[in-house]
Amino acid sequence: MRYAETGYNLEIDLSTGNIERVETDPAWAELYLGGLGTNAKVLWDRVPPETDPFSPNNLLIFSSGLLCGTPAPGANRTIVSTFSPQTLLMAYSMMGGFFAPELKYAGYDKIILRGKSPKLVYIWINNDKVEIRDASHLQGKGSLETAEQIRAELNDPNIQVASIGLAGENRVYFASIEQGRSSASRLGIGAVMGDKGVKAIAVRGTKDINLARSAEFVQLCNEVLDYIKFRNANPIPGVMPILAGLGSPQEMAVYDEKWHTENFMWGNARIRRRDFWNEEIEKQWEETQKKVRTRLISCFNCPMKCGATISVPGLPTYMMKCFSKLTYTMAAYSDLQFGFEIAQRATEYGVDGFSAPQVMAFALELLEAGILKESDFPGMPADNEGRFYWLLDRIVRREGIGDVLANGTYWAAKEIGNGAEAFAHNTIKKHEQLPLKLGMLNPIYFLMYSTGEKINITQIEGQFPQAPFATMEEKEAFVKDWIQVPDDRFKEYFLKWDFRGEYSMPFYPGVQACCEIVDWMERMHYIDDALGICAGLSSFPLKPPYHIHNYPKIIGAALGIELDADGLTKIARRNRTLVRAVNNRRGMRRADEKPPENHWKKRFPELEKELLDAYYAFRGFNEEGVPTKESLHDLNLGYVAEDFIKRGILKDE
Amino acid sequence: MSKVKKKVKLINIDLDKCNGCRACEVICSAFHAEPKYSSNNPARSRIRLIRDPIKDVYLPVYAGEYTAAECMGRDNYTIDGRVYGECAFCRASCPSRDAFKEPDSGLPLKCDMCEGEEEPLCVKWCLAEALTYEEREEEVDEEVAVAEMETGLKALVDKYGLESLVDIMARMAEKGK
Repeated sequence: MRYAETGYNLEIDLSTGNIERVETDPAWAELYLGGLGTNAKVLWDRVPPETDPFSPNNLLIFSSGLLCGTPAPGANRTIVSTFSPQTLLMAYSMMGGFFAPELKYAGYDKIILRGKSPKLVYIWINNDKVEIRDASHLQGKGSLETAEQIRAELNDPNIQVASIGLAGENRVYFASIEQGRSSASRLGIGAVMGDKGVKAIAVRGTKDINLARSAEFVQLCNEVLDYIKFRNANPIPGVMPILAGLGSPQEMAVYDEKWHTENFMWGNARIRRRDFWNEEIEKQWEETQKKVRTRLISCFNCPMKCGATISVPGLPTYMMKCFSKLTYTMAAYSDLQFGFEIAQRATEYGVDGFSAPQVMAFALELLEAGILKESDFPGMPADNEGRFYWLLDRIVRREGIGDVLANGTYWAAKEIGNGAEAFAHNTIKKHEQLPLKLGMLNPIYFLMYSTGEKINITQIEGQFPQAPFATMEEKEAFVKDWIQVPDDRFKEYFLKWDFRGEYSMPFYPGVQACCEIVDWMERMHYIDDALGICAGLSSFPLKPPYHIHNYPKIIGAALGIELDADGLTKIARRNRTLVRAVNNRRGMRRADEKPPENHWKKRFPELEKELLDAYYAFRGFNEEGVPTKESLHDLNLGYVAEDFIKRGILKDE
Repeated sequence: MSKVKKKVKLINIDLDKCNGCRACEVICSAFHAEPKYSSNNPARSRIRLIRDPIKDVYLPVYAGEYTAAECMGRDNYTIDGRVYGECAFCRASCPSRDAFKEPDSGLPLKCDMCEGEEEPLCVKWCLAEALTYEEREEEVDEEVAVAEMETGLKALVDKYGLESLVDIMARMAEKGK
């Protein structure tokens, strides 16, 4: 019997219509856990590095995490992996919701799509019965609309649906895959789904997931729930409300947006409005939010309420979470009402809430600068909000200038030329970033921005506070019950850390300490992404219920193996290195590893070089950011080393 | 008429507080697995969340009695503009629907309030406090059961006639010896 996992993948060739249920290698769970780890392994084994993201040979993998479908709270993430049309590197965007557990109950750990369907289809997985069905009647339909229609025509409200909207159908490079309250938005995986001719995947399952040492496992889950209760009753003092608790930043619950609106940039990640927030705006925005928000809602088996049902009068209901409530608002210099309204259309179209608004603001900046002409925007309304709707409609249909913009700021700027490249100023590895521009270099964030394979800071950070605390009393109070630290020296790093003087940024924490802190944060994310546990209960917030000390016990009890913190750390490192290797093989090197030039005003080239050198050495990478033969062998990734040597990426020394 | 004390186990369900996470289904199915907690499958759960997020419908329902025949008709409730689908509030394991049956055998499921635990585990795992538990004692007439029985028997007599009912009772009594 297989524990925690089902032991089967569903392999679907869309070109031929062939469907197979394939048993997986039981050894993989102990090596890579599952989710992102085994996705990376499949992509390494089966997609040659020269494969174009829109080639039939590219794979699109919908994976559950190892613990999805077990009683582990928050184990609900679907890890979608493929190659991104925007970055041309590996994309692993993830979504919460209800899809992954349902897939496990249907009897599969992953759905692996290859080939391309000649016509638009949807896939219907009902336990052992799997069908590829015609979706021509769903063409052009919104993502939520599609899900509702599929549930109605299959006559089962318990079906979970992941679908794309117009943006995915038209291969917009920042198209998302939507799933009710959740979405896998980053890096254009919705475009790959559209390219494969798949409008939606519907799944329903009624089978068991087994656990090896089940009583022990449930006891550990009870402890996780108890800690969540404790943290909900004890928010961390001294940090802003969205960082004080667990879960995703509680954007659906909080009204105070002083921090975001005054620290994040408006427009095309340009303008900081330091005195924006005032009582009147607070009152107005709170009213707006209360009026449209029907209910705070959760993902599968999670007590946190990070999402909300949003019903703007006159518009269809949709669901939202986290920060997309402000990305459109701030890109368009508008208000919260506009943010909730346009997000409804954007969700149905299925676009990434970070990239889409930034692309539109970028286009308007180019118009203002005279690089794009009025004639490029025929019929565009004059008002700001109207222009955003107009642009969104063009982009998802790839009409006129929308066709250029649909490739994101990096590729659009290249195509437009005439100096447009300077306006695509907020990308890393060709991918739009948070609209954040700061003063002093932060060495920890420098490393995470530069080297993060997720290419998205909110999916890398966590655990270690973003800034020092002001007084020693506060610091001491914080470290007192900081049980999550892998080692007590992290407490020392934090206690010494100051806003000014010898122990302040950018030279403190020191280079080695920065590597260790980044390693800790990365490690937790890689574990979460393999297990399918939401970062909101683990790697993202301060003092989470899952950490390096209880995870080995939980995984051990689930699989029936003995695992300790060192063993789990090695697995996380293996997965991290394998994802890196997949990207190295597609050409990613040191030169690609840098934050936007203007991310910080004060830069320190020598320190930055030292940081990157030290991080690479810490990770067992060579100075080009490629894992060395020795470190690959240490991590049981000898097959990667062999391939690298054969291709000349590594020398055989 | 003599009075007897009866323990009433009560789960309060606050639909407004439900966050739709289905933790109740998860822990219920795990608790009732054989051996305990060895597997997990919400389709085996004795609590089911009827859930339609777009329409803001969240309704946890507990498995009640098995019924061999479905009702003569079905009902739809509309409350505050939300439509609760066919027989949503009914707890029966009934031929009209899949809920509250083992998915493989089709055998009926029934909530047992997690016999042996301090409180039903669905309540324990509902951190949203949509489900809360209380126990109280009630004094009830001992006669009630007899009265109920009489009503039931009368219904059977009406339907099948006294003679055949007596025959069956005699046969059952014989077997029971």
